[in-house]
Amino acid sequence: MEKFFRWLTGNKQTTTTPAQDVANTAPLSEQQIQAIVSNQNPRFDLQQLIASCGQSVGKQRELNEDSLLAMTATMAGNSGNLPFGLYIVADGMGGHQFGEVASNAAIRTVAGYILRKFHPYLFHIKSDTMDESFQEIMQAAVSEAQRAIQREAPGSGTTLTAALVVGQQITVAHVGDSRAYFIYPDGRVEPITRDHSLVKRLEELGHITPDEAVNYPHRNVLYRALGQGEILDPDIFTLGFPQPGYLMICSDGLWGVLTEQDLVRSINEAPNLQRACQNLVNAANSAGGPDNISVIMVQLIG
Amino acid sequence: MGSVYRARDMHFPNVTKLVAVKEMINTAPDPLVRETIVQNFEREANMLATLHHPSIPRIYDYFTMESRSYLVLEFIHGKDMEAIINETNGFLPENQVLTWAVELCDVLEYLHKHKPDPIIFRDMKPSNVMINQTGDIILVDFGIAKTFQSGIKGTMIGTEGYSPPEQYRGEATPSADIYALGATLHHALTRRDPRLEPPFSFSERPMRRINANVSNEMEAVVNMALEYNPESRFRSAADMKQALTTVARKTGALIHSAPLTGPMNASSIKPLWSFKCEDEIRGTPVIFQGLLYIGSYDNNLYGLNAADGKFQWKYPTDGGVVTRPAIFDGNVYFGSEDKRLHVISARTGKVIWTYYTNGPIRSSPRIAEGHVFFGSDDNYIHAVNLNTGRMAWRFETADYVRSTPFVARDLVYTGCESGDYYAVDFRGDLKWRFHAKRSITASTVGTEQALYFASMDSTLYALDPRNGWVLWRFRLGKASISTPCILDDLIFVGASDGFIYAVETRSAKEVWRFRTEHQVNSSPVVYKDSLYCGSVDGNLYCLEYRTGRLRWKFGTGGAITGTPLVYDDIVYVGSTDHQIYALLA
Repeated sequence: MEKFFRWLTGNKQTTTTPAQDVANTAPLSEQQIQAIVSNQNPRFDLQQLIASCGQSVGKQRELNEDSLLAMTATMAGNSGNLPFGLYIVADGMGGHQFGEVASNAAIRTVAGYILRKFHPYLFHIKSDTMDESFQEIMQAAVSEAQRAIQREAPGSGTTLTAALVVGQQITVAHVGDSRAYFIYPDGRVEPITRDHSLVKRLEELGHITPDEAVNYPHRNVLYRALGQGEILDPDIFTLGFPQPGYLMICSDGLWGVLTEQDLVRSINEAPNLQRACQNLVNAANSAGGPDNISVIMVQLIG
Repeated sequence: MGSVYRARDMHFPNVTKLVAVKEMINTAPDPLVRETIVQNFEREANMLATLHHPSIPRIYDYFTMESRSYLVLEFIHGKDMEAIINETNGFLPENQVLTWAVELCDVLEYLHKHKPDPIIFRDMKPSNVMINQTGDIILVDFGIAKTFQSGIKGTMIGTEGYSPPEQYRGEATPSADIYALGATLHHALTRRDPRLEPPFSFSERPMRRINANVSNEMEAVVNMALEYNPESRFRSAADMKQALTTVARKTGALIHSAPLTGPMNASSIKPLWSFKCEDEIRGTPVIFQGLLYIGSYDNNLYGLNAADGKFQWKYPTDGGVVTRPAIFDGNVYFGSEDKRLHVISARTGKVIWTYYTNGPIRSSPRIAEGHVFFGSDDNYIHAVNLNTGRMAWRFETADYVRSTPFVARDLVYTGCESGDYYAVDFRGDLKWRFHAKRSITASTVGTEQALYFASMDSTLYALDPRNGWVLWRFRLGKASISTPCILDDLIFVGASDGFIYAVETRSAKEVWRFRTEHQVNSSPVVYKDSLYCGSVDGNLYCLEYRTGRLRWKFGTGGAITGTPLVYDDIVYVGSTDHQIYALLA
């Protein structure tokens, strides 16, 4: 077992001996040990992004209308090291109206636009500085996706929560009620997006309580969605990557059924990001899996 | 969905009679549904044809051909209110909006009193209000087209930010029209499009905070129309019209002279003391151990008693002093247009050492890690050892360096007049470079997250300090040489369009802007909950930093281009009227 942990963390110094040293206390359970090991932050010389994803149609839907995209790049050498990543969750809406087409068009269009923009600069085909800002590129990518959806699946709509990571900066574009969170090793869960849903709005205004919100009949009503309306105003903002901590992006199939404690437990019980994502999906399905589930977890190490 | 055509009525071949033809396309696939839609359309057209009101376009005819239905209407020469809002620079005058509001209440009153059933307009918004050639309002786009929209929105509610909260229950009442009218007036008076804001968030954008020219009375009427609960709104359009005409009388809108509702009078603020130099003060003071240090274009650096403004000593240079002095270890460091960096004793004003560059120095010194960093019009960033007074290194740039270096995380950040921006490490090696379209004269402020600076290219930039990638750009009305300041999640900066801007640091969204009477080249500072900033109009402004509301202003005899200093509840600011003033913060 100990050998397994060493292999797992890539750190030869890590041992499980503390559990055995304290003779008077009960030995730590395997889960507790895993939590400790996974929370220890071994040093990595190379700063890099690592990411993993999970997705499930859920227990009650026949069709998966969620789409997700995760791309992680590392380019390190004498000329510098610029971690680059793009992570998107889109939750299509309106069963018979091609929600899955809309969410798929959203991730393809947004990612395609952003990568085209960055390509010449990342690979030094152009040596001058990029004059558009991250936020402007995200805005333009969302507008292009809006047009693509209106063309490919008129009448449908989708949420979109996209995070562009360049270096230590996360620039988020957000429409709808998928969510992005920062999750810290001490168990703090900080939502960084704000739902564009009627129920959230009524809750913010104090017209219904958070408890009432959980059972509100119009829970699925969004007031902003990609593909809908003439004017689209996504929330776009830039934050520093939490270090140590995780960026998590998920659809309402996940956050709608799991409490913050559930999220933290699922992540802490996992030895690595892949398991964490799978645990989260399993937990959402165990809670009934009423909707499609998508989740992306990202960590910046080093 | 459909189009509106401008058409000529050929029943009158000898005159040009223009009509509007509105085309609606029936896309329902089910024949039974299609038929119902056409029947609804014809019923509504017949109903509209019976209406007679100067603000409702007349209906001449209607017909259906295959999957398309047409309505022939009076042609309105004019523009819709949304276009007028967008084309107006600044805000529409309250009187103008008030006049339209009264007319809109009048037509709503007419519709709501319709027998046997009241008619609910359902879609009150600026783009559905035309202003004709005589300046009167005409309501267009009656709900008639709505029958043609199939249920494509599914679970969505309308994204129209003008609709009241009760609309998701499917209720259409006169009260909903009143709410939408309130929303329309709010949009017209603030220029904030509610479709771009969260629903029902008008109370978070009080009109007078955005447009200080709106009267209290007008704001009260609009707020009442926008009440969340229908019962709390005006009981009828007639009641609202009554309230609006009362506003018109109170504010004098009917006699067309806007009252000057100003905050505290400029003359009521008295300085604690003032001190007169022999030429303009364009720089910024610092305070150290009870003494205030300020440079002047009379070539001197002055040491004054900060408590009473009493002269202590002056140190003469051979050029104007526009830089902000830096204090370190009992010495004052400052550059002069005589090309030298001067280091003098803070207590006595006696020279310790000087350092020559090959051009006038207008960049203020920054002291860090045993070195003083500053730029010069000789196109170099200089790093000088504090102990020896000798150059550690200098870094060549493309043009004059007038901005003050910002030092953080072992890097020195400076812009220059060519628009280039450099990050240089402590050995004087370039780490990265960025290029703005015009010169960067203003200095940088930085946080862990970003570097912020304004440029003559009318942009406020946020750059990643590690690599120079642009996080966001915020468009200012004109060029800026004002150095921003940051508090909480807000960044403040002035520009030569006369505005002081407050922008969110995360999202680059404008929170407020405040108009002064001339260019704002001074840099804002925040102290407690007030923002202080000078303007070329001669005033020092004190604003509430969260809202941009004016607290007071203090007039000097010349332009203020330097940055105020606030220390121990006292604001110190220099003016081109040769004086430095001390005011209670």
